[in-house]
Amino acid sequence: MSKVFIAFQLNEDTRPIIEAVLADNPHAEALESPAMVKIDAEGSLVIKRETIEELIGRKFDLQELQINLITISGHLDEDDDQFKLSWPN
Amino acid sequence: MDMHVGKKKLGIKEKYAHMTRGLDWETSYQPMDKVFPQAKFEGIKIHDWDKWEDPFRLTMDSYWKYQAEKERKLYAVLDAFAQNNGHLGITDARYLNAIKLFLTGISPLEYVAHRGFAAAGRNFPGVGPRVACLMQSIDEVRHAQTQIHALSNYNKHYDGFHDFKHMLERVWYLSVPKSFFDDAFSAGPFEWMIAIGFSFEYVLTNLLFVPFMSGAAYNGDMATVTFGFSAQSDEARHMTLGLECIKFMLEQDPDNLPIVQKWIDKWAWRGIRVLTLVGMMMDYMLPKRVMSWKEAWEIYFEQNGGALFADLARYGIKVPECITQCTVDKEHISHQAWATFYQYGGAAAFHTWMPNDEEMDWLSAKYPNTFDKYYRARFTHWRDEAEKGNRFYTNTLPMLCQVCQIPMVFTEPDDPTKLCYRESDFEGEKYHTCSDGCKGIFDGEPEKYVQAWLPVHQIYQGNCFPEGTDPTAEGFDPLAKVLEWYHLEHGKDNLDFEGSRDQANFAAWRGMATKNT
Amino acid sequence: MQIDLRTVSIKPLRHTFDHIARRFGDKPASRYQEGTYDIQQTDIFHYRPMWEPELQLFDKRRTKVQMKDWYALKDPRQYYYGAWTIARARQQDAADSSFEMIEERGLAGIVPEAQRKLALDILVPMRHVEWGGNMGNSFISAYGYGTAITQPCLYHAMDHLAVAQYLTRIGLVLDGPDALDTAKDAWMNGAMWQPMRRHVENTLVLQDWFEIFVAQNLVLEGLSYPVFYDYLDSEFSANGATAISMMTRFMAEWATETSKWVDAQIKVAAAESPENKAMISDWVKQYRAPVVEALTPLIHHAFGNKADSVLDDMSAQFATRCTKLGLSV
Repeated sequence: MSKVFIAFQLNEDTRPIIEAVLADNPHAEALESPAMVKIDAEGSLVIKRETIEELIGRKFDLQELQINLITISGHLDEDDDQFKLSWPN
Repeated sequence: MDMHVGKKKLGIKEKYAHMTRGLDWETSYQPMDKVFPQAKFEGIKIHDWDKWEDPFRLTMDSYWKYQAEKERKLYAVLDAFAQNNGHLGITDARYLNAIKLFLTGISPLEYVAHRGFAAAGRNFPGVGPRVACLMQSIDEVRHAQTQIHALSNYNKHYDGFHDFKHMLERVWYLSVPKSFFDDAFSAGPFEWMIAIGFSFEYVLTNLLFVPFMSGAAYNGDMATVTFGFSAQSDEARHMTLGLECIKFMLEQDPDNLPIVQKWIDKWAWRGIRVLTLVGMMMDYMLPKRVMSWKEAWEIYFEQNGGALFADLARYGIKVPECITQCTVDKEHISHQAWATFYQYGGAAAFHTWMPNDEEMDWLSAKYPNTFDKYYRARFTHWRDEAEKGNRFYTNTLPMLCQVCQIPMVFTEPDDPTKLCYRESDFEGEKYHTCSDGCKGIFDGEPEKYVQAWLPVHQIYQGNCFPEGTDPTAEGFDPLAKVLEWYHLEHGKDNLDFEGSRDQANFAAWRGMATKNT
Repeated sequence: MQIDLRTVSIKPLRHTFDHIARRFGDKPASRYQEGTYDIQQTDIFHYRPMWEPELQLFDKRRTKVQMKDWYALKDPRQYYYGAWTIARARQQDAADSSFEMIEERGLAGIVPEAQRKLALDILVPMRHVEWGGNMGNSFISAYGYGTAITQPCLYHAMDHLAVAQYLTRIGLVLDGPDALDTAKDAWMNGAMWQPMRRHVENTLVLQDWFEIFVAQNLVLEGLSYPVFYDYLDSEFSANGATAISMMTRFMAEWATETSKWVDAQIKVAAAESPENKAMISDWVKQYRAPVVEALTPLIHHAFGNKADSVLDDMSAQFATRCTKLGLSV
């Protein structure tokens, strides 16, 4: 199975996002470098709005991910509640 | 934008559909073919534009909101960088030459990308892809301008940055990236999307961006690194557009497959050839190196690209054949390219130098199969000669490949001691290419590639001298006149890093910042 | 670490890029200048465009208008990407606030029925006219000459998309998704909208980018925006439909701002030569007639017995504006 990944800038805004992603995706692995975090996962990765909101204590629009996103790999499917990356094959 | 209609909140997909689909219409007072004159000439068949899926569903007001936040953060850093002499934070002044290459070779092409996406944003009949292309167009003008703004401070203090657009149009090695984008922009909108949207912005983007931006981070260049991070989420949108485009074309009609495959083969190879400059930059121009070109290729192409092509296989797409050669080339091209720039350093608008012992050991370790066997001895010899006062500069001009326009310095995949030449005949003339990949591209569209403005040919034809130059005059120095025409300041922009104004100034200024006497 | 370099002068070698210094002298340049002047390639191209082989990739001959220096068409707002985005973000924030308040408090429900219907009849189908504006300005930004004019036209294209989206939102607020289908049907088939649709489609097949600039940005916008966002807006406010005014506030401010930019381009281009002045004036005359014809039924529908005076004012204002720009119309 192919891996998907998502990379974010590492800063105060993205800490809870990364925490949420790892909580919702037990099969994912995070690799930290000085200013960036890359999260790899076999097959698919899901980012859930609700999980992030619980951690930050305010409403969160998934489109806010735009501000700190670095790169992604995989097909993207986005709706109001989740941001999903996957390789169908 | 949260939106409620009556009591029910509209979901992002539904909302976006209302905000985009239905804006356009089937024209009746003017025929659709006249409103969209470029929609069919490339032979791509689209039956239902509504099948287009928008991956990132940004309405304009959301776009402005998030992009403005990124702009504010970026410019705050650029201002601080300028106010605090941030340029003194770089590891050493040799690093500057990497970003000279960036400003002259890449930034003006972000601008061409902006114009090309504006064209695609007008020419596709479907409203979904048009909106996505237009957003990429404004993103690209953002990139061109933020790069110029980020590097503006370096231009004030160092050489080689000062006339970037003029140089891009004329200087011999810059025709490599320039012709790449001219090639794409001169094509139709569908080929543009496969060339730039897919091949460049999806398949190869990490091989351009990560090296330069990581190179900046590792070498203390806060301005460039901040630009890089800020641009990255734009790039994520661009990647998804490119991937959606190719999926859409392949799903619309099986007849599109051979056309798309031909474009992928062409543009993967053209892009890889342009990336030679990046490989050279990574291995030779970064005082603090990030990784080798070989390693970058393995991670970002062999592994990531592998996942992508595995996915596209279901449509019948095959990995381009020329890619097999890259497995061999990855251990050679950076050394071959640097050797070229070193000896042509008199005509380059950035400084060149030979690696020191520590750097040579790094190269040996990263390239166990090739560096010591084929390159170290030559580089050590050049370095010794330079130390004796005989720094080597070639006084003649190289033959360029008709397609990629890189000097013919590459070697046969199965024999690194033999230069690789290929040739093609077209309408009574002979044309030369550097590889099977470039020959294949030439033979596919010879009527296009014979038009190329090859810098070396043009110099020999006398087209690269300032107006009023008299080549018959006593003491005529053609190279000097070419440099003048390039606006390349001899003795300042070019030649070895040792003894350069950049070296002297950086040392003096950094000295002033850290010493008391 | 604080580095105090006040006693040490790091004198820059140069204040800006050579191409900027050639124009303005070697002094610090603005971000607008460094991001705009002379960054479009001009001189050497490798391949002829497959889509137009008689011309070059960037070519002055794509318009009959001629300028010694296309960078004379400076944007008085000095919008480079950052400045434009940040300005618009502030405006969208205010607009979003208004929409949210109207949606959350159900203020659309208290708009008098006649005003609600008027907004649905006139404003919502305008989203298609706006889309035409997006397409025309996209064409200019692709095929125009010189960053000074192509850059703001792309921003203008995206502004038109935003306006189309605000008009869509107005429809959704006033009547749900059905509003959009009704408006589309009126646009495609309703008698009142056919002259406008015909005119917009005629501009979508123009090949001279400056002609598009005149037809769309000066004539269509110059005639219609005062009608919709000034006169019509006053009608809404006076008749208990302030909520609608609030929802079009972005458009009103934007129309005023952009008309200053449009004016500056026309004025400079017309002053360049008698040929340019004649060309642009002819285009104004050519496109004014179908635009007035297109607006007439809409104005009658919106203003009833005040329609004639609105039409007269609209024409008079436009004529005055054109004269100030040095045109003979």
